[in-house]
Amino acid sequence: MFDIERWQEIFDTIRKNKLRTFLTGISVASGIFILVILLGFGQGMRNGIEQEFEQDAATSVWVWPGVTSKEYKGMNPGRRIQLTNENFNNSVALFNETIEYNSPRIFVRGVTVNYGKESLVYSIQGVASNFQFIENAKMIDGRFINYQDEMSTAKVAIVGKKIRTDVFNEVETPIGEYIDISGIPFKIIGVYKEYEDREEERIYIPISTAQKVFNGGDRVNNMSFTLPAVENFDQAVAQAVDFKDNLKTYLQQVHTVAPDDTSAVEVWSAMEEAKRYYSLTGNIKLFFWFVGVCTIIAGVVGVSNIMLIVVKERTREIGIRKALGAKPWSIIGMILHEAIFVTAISGFGGLIFSMALLEVVGPHIEIDYVVNPSVNFTVAFTTVIVLVIAGTLAGFFPAWRAARVHTIEALKDE
Amino acid sequence: MIEIKDLHKSYKMGSNSLHVLKGINFNVEEGELVAIMGSSGSGKSTLLNILGMLDGADSGEYYLDGVPIKDLSEKKAAQYRNKFLGFVFQSFNLINYKSALENVALPLYYQKVGRRERQDKALNYLDRVGLKEWATHLPSELSGGQKQRVAIARAMAAEPKVLLADEPTGALDSKTSYEVMDLIQKINDDGNTILVVTHEKDIAHMCKRIVHLRDGVIVEDTKIEQVRAQEYV
Repeated sequence: MFDIERWQEIFDTIRKNKLRTFLTGISVASGIFILVILLGFGQGMRNGIEQEFEQDAATSVWVWPGVTSKEYKGMNPGRRIQLTNENFNNSVALFNETIEYNSPRIFVRGVTVNYGKESLVYSIQGVASNFQFIENAKMIDGRFINYQDEMSTAKVAIVGKKIRTDVFNEVETPIGEYIDISGIPFKIIGVYKEYEDREEERIYIPISTAQKVFNGGDRVNNMSFTLPAVENFDQAVAQAVDFKDNLKTYLQQVHTVAPDDTSAVEVWSAMEEAKRYYSLTGNIKLFFWFVGVCTIIAGVVGVSNIMLIVVKERTREIGIRKALGAKPWSIIGMILHEAIFVTAISGFGGLIFSMALLEVVGPHIEIDYVVNPSVNFTVAFTTVIVLVIAGTLAGFFPAWRAARVHTIEALKDE
Repeated sequence: MIEIKDLHKSYKMGSNSLHVLKGINFNVEEGELVAIMGSSGSGKSTLLNILGMLDGADSGEYYLDGVPIKDLSEKKAAQYRNKFLGFVFQSFNLINYKSALENVALPLYYQKVGRRERQDKALNYLDRVGLKEWATHLPSELSGGQKQRVAIARAMAAEPKVLLADEPTGALDSKTSYEVMDLIQKINDDGNTILVVTHEKDIAHMCKRIVHLRDGVIVEDTKIEQVRAQEYV
């Protein structure tokens, strides 16, 4: 391998057979190129879907009450289920160990909202301090509702970034400004941002305030929870499903709902949804791998083919070299050395080119569900090594056969 | 230099066996220039292949410079070929993508001679065959006679004990043939042992001894008065 004379001999051969070398190189480089691009896009789709799910905390679980559809214990179907503070507090108490964050939510309806003379049409939601973590809302100014606000039924409000842009564009910061909700002034204490504009068009106020001031009583419109992080995805899904089922059973019992009534209490788990997407992206990734591996196989076949032709073309030369005293292994070594050198150089060339392309173009790609396509360097590197080894094996057999050909026969080859 | 005793060789042709060499006994001393003559099928090429260790004999003894040549592995045969023998072929057998100089240097590569020394030696041998100016040319840019001279330079570059020439003039016109024979005679004058296989009488008479083969046996082995090729050039 480190025989300088051998290297010089190889370089001579390569220099004087440029077309042959070029064709071998192109087939290897294009194989690697296609594989890297495919893998990159597979990863890009995965990234895209992951980003979609970052909107809400990945482990969030939501309860939405509905209308009963089945008769149960003497109760007629068509009954609307109303959640209460008691339901929420009991749920938290009951499943305390499996819950990370929790928050009830109430939609304040039938109110008018004004800022100065301007009338605002944003939804008002009463939530608890932990809701920030469940929604994954990032504070960009001020703070979110805290426990103190809840206890003191403070008249404070948090607005979304979009509201700030749309309404408070004339003041430096909306913090300290007052909005008027059905005649009651609320002081703005924070601004949050979300991934989607739609979710920034909300005004949050403490749930205690919402219930007391706007006649909410002890009603709750929905309940949300997040679960603590666990080691792996499957465990997280199992935990979410478990929690979801227990919570549903509890709520169905409390509200006298048939256990098989699907519309009365709906519990939705982001994890479970995520799993479907993850298995989808998993399948996509598998598909890209499959296509990629096929590409590599095609590349290997191409390289083998070229090696066969190269060896055939060089039969006479091999005969001459043997007559001049070349040992069989020196012939095999020479052919393989050249093959490995060419496949390795062109393989890494294709690798570097495709990775550079992904690196440069990748972040600018704007396709739905494709975000920053990139490829794991180790995977790509391994692929090149595999291709080089495959090319070597593919080159070995014709080379070995060529070295075994009788010198006299080889010299007669035209 | 070469000692052959009762050499037999047969080829299997399906179920039949073709007995090509039927007991050859033959010695060559150092410095001899021997022509091996015979019609096609007489076994002269087979004999040369065995002498050149490109093929093995079925039975009999073969000593080259006192070394027994028998049951050689491919590797050993390659080593001996490189060390003992130089080949000149009818179809020249130059490597077409290598220049004249690189072709001549090739046996030295297999003798593990360094690159610089290889080039110097090769250029020296090219000079001896009068082709120093053509060193960088590819075989395709050379005439037939020039190609054969490059091939002779290549065979000589390894400084072999014996030079084996298989119809060296077979592909050349008579004028070029005589030029090549002139070169071979000069190399022989320097004391090199040379075997020439030919079926042309005039070429054979430019050697010092003629061995006639017919149907796998030597029918005639005579020393002759050498005709110098110089006279015809």
